[in-house]
Amino acid sequence: MTRKQKRLAIIGMGMGFLALAAGLTFYALGQQTSYFYMPSDLLTRPAAAGERVRLGGLVQQGSVIRDQGTRVRFVVEDGGNAIEVIYEGILPDLFREQQGVVTEGQIGQDGILMADTVLAKHDETYMPREVAERLKEEGVWQEEE
Amino acid sequence: MSVELGHFALVLALALALVQSFAPLVGARLGHSALMRMGEPAAITVFGLTAAAFAALTFAYVQSDFSVLNVWENSHSAKPLLFKITGTWGNHEGSMLLWVLILALFGALVAAFGRNLPPTLRANVLAVQGLIATAFLLFILLTSNPFTRLVPPPIEGRDLNPILQDIGLAIHPPLLYLGYVGFSISFSFAVAALIDGRVDAAWARWVRPWTLAAWAFLTGGIAMGSYWAYYELGWGGFWFWDPVENASFLPWLSGTALLHSAIVMEKRSALKIWTVLLAILTFSLSLLGTFLVRSGVLTSVHAFATDPSRGVFILAILVFFIGGALALFALRAAALTPGGLFHPISREGALVLNNLLLTTAAATVLVGTLYPLLVEALTGEKISVGAPFFNLTFIPLFLPLLAAVPFGPLLAWKRGDLLAATQRLQVAFALSAICSLAGYLLIDRASALSAIGMALGLWLVLGAVTDLALKAGIGKVAPRMALRRLVGLPLSMFGTALAHAGLGLTVLGIVCVTTLEVERILVMRPGETVEIADYHLRFDNMGPFTGPNYTEDRAAFTLFSGGVVRGEIISSKRLYTARGMPTTEAGIRTIGLSQLYVSIGDNVSDDGLVVRVWWKPMVTLIWLGAVVMMVGGAVSLMDRRLRVGVPAPRRAATATAGKSAR
Repeated sequence: MTRKQKRLAIIGMGMGFLALAAGLTFYALGQQTSYFYMPSDLLTRPAAAGERVRLGGLVQQGSVIRDQGTRVRFVVEDGGNAIEVIYEGILPDLFREQQGVVTEGQIGQDGILMADTVLAKHDETYMPREVAERLKEEGVWQEEE
Repeated sequence: MSVELGHFALVLALALALVQSFAPLVGARLGHSALMRMGEPAAITVFGLTAAAFAALTFAYVQSDFSVLNVWENSHSAKPLLFKITGTWGNHEGSMLLWVLILALFGALVAAFGRNLPPTLRANVLAVQGLIATAFLLFILLTSNPFTRLVPPPIEGRDLNPILQDIGLAIHPPLLYLGYVGFSISFSFAVAALIDGRVDAAWARWVRPWTLAAWAFLTGGIAMGSYWAYYELGWGGFWFWDPVENASFLPWLSGTALLHSAIVMEKRSALKIWTVLLAILTFSLSLLGTFLVRSGVLTSVHAFATDPSRGVFILAILVFFIGGALALFALRAAALTPGGLFHPISREGALVLNNLLLTTAAATVLVGTLYPLLVEALTGEKISVGAPFFNLTFIPLFLPLLAAVPFGPLLAWKRGDLLAATQRLQVAFALSAICSLAGYLLIDRASALSAIGMALGLWLVLGAVTDLALKAGIGKVAPRMALRRLVGLPLSMFGTALAHAGLGLTVLGIVCVTTLEVERILVMRPGETVEIADYHLRFDNMGPFTGPNYTEDRAAFTLFSGGVVRGEIISSKRLYTARGMPTTEAGIRTIGLSQLYVSIGDNVSDDGLVVRVWWKPMVTLIWLGAVVMMVGGAVSLMDRRLRVGVPAPRRAATATAGKSAR
């Protein structure tokens, strides 16, 4: 092989990997990203059954119920809507009623979110950022300090 | 007083960093040797002054001097001494100061050990290093000054974020920064070479040890961060594909590529242009990581837009250095002479394959990290890209790389024999295939992917062993002779084998824990026992405990296996009183290479407690593998042929080029 052919071979191989990576990336971005919803979003843009969603909002006052053992039910609400969530496991340290929360999972036929992840990621005001931003926009948010 | 002195030292460091940036650069341009030489004392003084500033801040923390805003915000007088010290870099301002301190340290090291470098190259390297220091010192002084005073001083501080009050903070950031920032040296060498318009094998010989050292530190830093998150966050995950983690993983991927392409350049003077580009890209990714983590853009794109001073400043630094270096590259790269020829099936070819796969894998991680930010900035739509995305893109690109690794060291330079290499590896191949097939058939939870992962992990470890055995001639010559030859092998060969085997161990750990992990979530009352793997865990009691700056509820467990007590595990819910912030402290017991991980949740009715128990088989291999990789890096650095500061005259370079026909 001449120098030129060898260089072409390497560039070809590089392009091949790049194409593979680009293909995988586009496919994965189409399949594996989850959209962030607030409960009121689900009124206007319902999630398909089985679609993976991230749901953020406030934990409704008095809604946290412990089922048998480790199963927990609670309601996530914002200004306009409320969604029931079921989660199996240990809730994060900063999970509290009337505080912000982000849950991830699938919405079933009955409209209940079966969550596999519950996050109460926090800044100093104990609020996940997506939730805080949206609640501010909707005017539900009250500054703590 | 010492706080003002620290502030003053930092300003003085900026002034000297300006001298370091321009005097040697101008000197190199004019061929003025006295000007060029000014870079060395300047670099060493910049380091001394930054160290003084850092010491002043640390002193303020140790003294709990709450008249300093930064100390008040992040410290508390009741905090243990270790966390007062580590708290210095447990916040934005202090961690930027640590960043610059390490940058200045590397500059000073080049100044101190670079006497054998060609004078213009040394001058230019120090100048580029000085420019980076100037930019970041300006950033600290203008937007993130840790020495701001607070009047009147409060009596008590606001305490450090409880998650950071851990030994992990003492180790993780310094190691990570030594890696991250260490790549600035490769960058400075690349830019200096482009300014000079000349890159040769001696250049690669210089760049390689610096890159290797930075890579080893970064490996340790990432692994330490992973272990820290694993035990501190209380839910036992070791890697989350979080943007902050990706920010450190990206320079690791391209740094690994750089390490390998620098070998080709040193031994065969091929891939020059590519190596220079990789050196630029690697540090660019470090800068990008600094931007992502330090600008606040991750916490909120929104907040970034409303208070952009810090973010825009780092972005400007980013654009200046990346843009400048790439522009210089575009102008000068064509002037670099292309290097030696090689056949696609050869050591060089294998290393090119490694580079292609590593850089494309890095590209997918980059896209996954930046895409949500871009989408949100452009459309306001919030999406999240999590583990499933990376599993689908990164893993398919990384698997062939792992499969190819053992072939690399067995192929000859210039023109290799793939068939011969395959024959030599057949024992390693057969063993790993049989083991993983047996695992696949015997363990009913094993998926095809985990069997492949298992095979690849073993393949890497056995491949590394095979490589050493072949080079020592084990099985071909008498055992004593083989042993002598093994001991006599160059240290860099052991380094390679250790690094590759370490990677294999990490892969094995990841595969084992993701496939075979057992998890139990249940409500337990005192005296109750749960069975997990081959162990029994008894919940004994719950009791209060008071620490220096926290109170906690401790749950005590006893671990049994086969009716014999194996020890106690304590897991707790902790409340840091100053911030009123609760944390979960997991109880972990290491058994062999595996761990039992106990985390407790809320109390439920009638003194029952939600308990989450994991059996994590072979989980420690994930981090032990990284330690082995680090040791590999260190062993390779000790190789005399690579030692930092060893003269790198042309003579030596051609001699090794001749020797490498070996």
